Amino acid sequence: MNIHEYQAKALFSQFGVPVPAGVPAKSPDEFAAALAQLPEGPVMVKSQIHAGGRGKGTFTDGFQGGVKFCKTKADAAELAAKMLGNTLVTAQTGPAGRKVQTIYFTAASDIAKEYYLAILLDRASSRPVIVASTEGGVEIEKVAHETPEKITKVFVDPAYGLADFQVRELIAALGLSGTEAKNAAKLLKALYTCFWETDASMVEVNPLITTPTGEVLALDAKVSFDSNALYRHPELVALRDLNEEDPKEIEASKHDLAYIALDGNIACLVNGAGLAMSTMDIIKHYGGNPANFLDVGGGASKDKVVAAFKIILGDANVRGILVNIFGGIMDCNVIAEGIVEAVREVGLTLPLVVRLEGNNAAQGKATLATSGLALTPADSMADSAQKIVALVA
Amino acid sequence: MAILVTPETKVLIQGITGAFGAKHAQLSLDYGSAVVAGVTPGKGGQVFEHAGHRVPIFNSVAEAAAATGATVSAIFVPPPFAADAILECVDAELDLAVAITEGIPVKDMVRVKRAMQGRKTRLIGPNCPGLVTPGTGADSHGGCRIGIAPGYIHRKGHVGIVSRSGTLTYEAVYQFTTRGIGQSTCVGIGGDPVNGTSHLDVIKLFNDDPDTHAIIMIGEIGGSAEVEAARWIKAHCKKPVAGFIAGTTAPAGRRMGHAGAIVGGAEDTAAAKIASFKECGIEVAETPSDMAEALIRAAKAKGVTLS
Repeated sequence: MNIHEYQAKALFSQFGVPVPAGVPAKSPDEFAAALAQLPEGPVMVKSQIHAGGRGKGTFTDGFQGGVKFCKTKADAAELAAKMLGNTLVTAQTGPAGRKVQTIYFTAASDIAKEYYLAILLDRASSRPVIVASTEGGVEIEKVAHETPEKITKVFVDPAYGLADFQVRELIAALGLSGTEAKNAAKLLKALYTCFWETDASMVEVNPLITTPTGEVLALDAKVSFDSNALYRHPELVALRDLNEEDPKEIEASKHDLAYIALDGNIACLVNGAGLAMSTMDIIKHYGGNPANFLDVGGGASKDKVVAAFKIILGDANVRGILVNIFGGIMDCNVIAEGIVEAVREVGLTLPLVVRLEGNNAAQGKATLATSGLALTPADSMADSAQKIVALVA
Repeated sequence: MAILVTPETKVLIQGITGAFGAKHAQLSLDYGSAVVAGVTPGKGGQVFEHAGHRVPIFNSVAEAAAATGATVSAIFVPPPFAADAILECVDAELDLAVAITEGIPVKDMVRVKRAMQGRKTRLIGPNCPGLVTPGTGADSHGGCRIGIAPGYIHRKGHVGIVSRSGTLTYEAVYQFTTRGIGQSTCVGIGGDPVNGTSHLDVIKLFNDDPDTHAIIMIGEIGGSAEVEAARWIKAHCKKPVAGFIAGTTAPAGRRMGHAGAIVGGAEDTAAAKIASFKECGIEVAETPSDMAEALIRAAKAKGVTLS
């Protein structure tokens, strides 16, 4: 689960990670009061959406930049009015963009130098890794590719937590000394505690900055949480912003279905994540384009299949459906009955190819064949993919 | 021989009194596996009955192991208690803990994995279908089935299968069985970012197992474990190996069902993994329908007959 920058910074503050003063506002009426809470001086106006590249983004009405520096609070209020309610398109949002529903005003900071800092899981070692670089405010992937020597990684032993010698190693790698080093040490420890205690899957600060007076601040904040651990963090669940999620994905999660919308026109309904992914792949292999990822899970019931059909048909781009079920334990006939019921209930008119294999598959195929429905049975995954691609073409 | 488990392996089931654990305990008993004990704290002394089998239930793994000689546990307990269940197996010094549970917090697994360092117990999973060593009876009956895989689709033979996914593994098994090719052992290592046993760990075991004549590795997007395994295969494995990677069409940054199936960097993509397979002499299945055929091609090239 992702959260907004303003929420991430509030969380940072709770854990003692220094951030610039900032106040969010959700309507123009709140601008004046929000700005009044900031110290006098220049202000940053920051669009709050769950996507990176905001500064270089463009709004759908042509307005440039979702993050702006303003010399005065009056200028800030004026620019914020142009951003709020407007739709911001960035390199990460896709062409549809995201509607800005919150503006975050922050005190603009004097920057001495920018750095990069992140904590995430290193899968190979199964440990948290702290990634730090002297190259802040730019794309870290680019730094990693072009100048990997400028990236330092410190792996934290979960039995002991972040050790002082590791903090010193990071500070040395960032070339910090004196007051800056002391402040950075405090920040590193606080940020690690924040990562660990909240079950975060990633905290990223880009840029981390030093100021001319030796302060060290998180100028930006990106935080995501392990959704498996949310049950023990009700305070974090409250930060979820449904506006940032696809309504079909929200609906799917209510039925315990894993659904992800894609941009093709062949909808898939599959049991199991690996099989669902590879069903998308084989559609593409035979020249089609998958409209979604949908895993109905290992124990799919009739109701789940009906719900799944409704969700995939909520996508106006869909021109055909491929159902691929490998019923290991699950009874294929139960799935077949679910398909028949779903097709009747939604009045399906699009081409439908069904491949059932495994437990009680013969009975399932018979149920489909005698249903009177206009569907196309298929044998292997290749057969089913070729058939649906041909029907949709 | 097979790897990790044989039809004689004595298995206990943690969470045998829950609906999920009970259902699969029944299916394992039906398959002919030696399910010798159940563990549910507070229900010690009760008996799990199914089709004439009477499986004693214990309060702890240590008690169950001591009383029955069980060396392997299948873990079906809910996510908030699963890490503790695994640690209990480690403390009881079982040979193997197989965590079926889906949805364990990553932090719990990070801590568990650290706690298991230097200890005797091997972990498979979590979020995995478990493992099957097929038996010699009808529909491979009499084998060792630990977890949730359908036993009947297997056939005793000499192909080793290792995979991160459940149903995609069944798909592969089915392709082999319907071609008359059996399996030595099929291992589902799970779809989570932190798991107990990697592709490479299993491949090393297959490489050392005289009963395994060829290996198929089924992976997916996310992480670099398949690439690590591929490099080792190139340097050390003499047996024919085929591979398949799911997720060629998966967009970056979106988690594809499995917690671990997410493209983060350039190394995580299906294309990068497939390229590394080819570079390391692993026969690539172009589509999921091609998995068995890919291994048949790899075997033919090395003069190995699959059975």
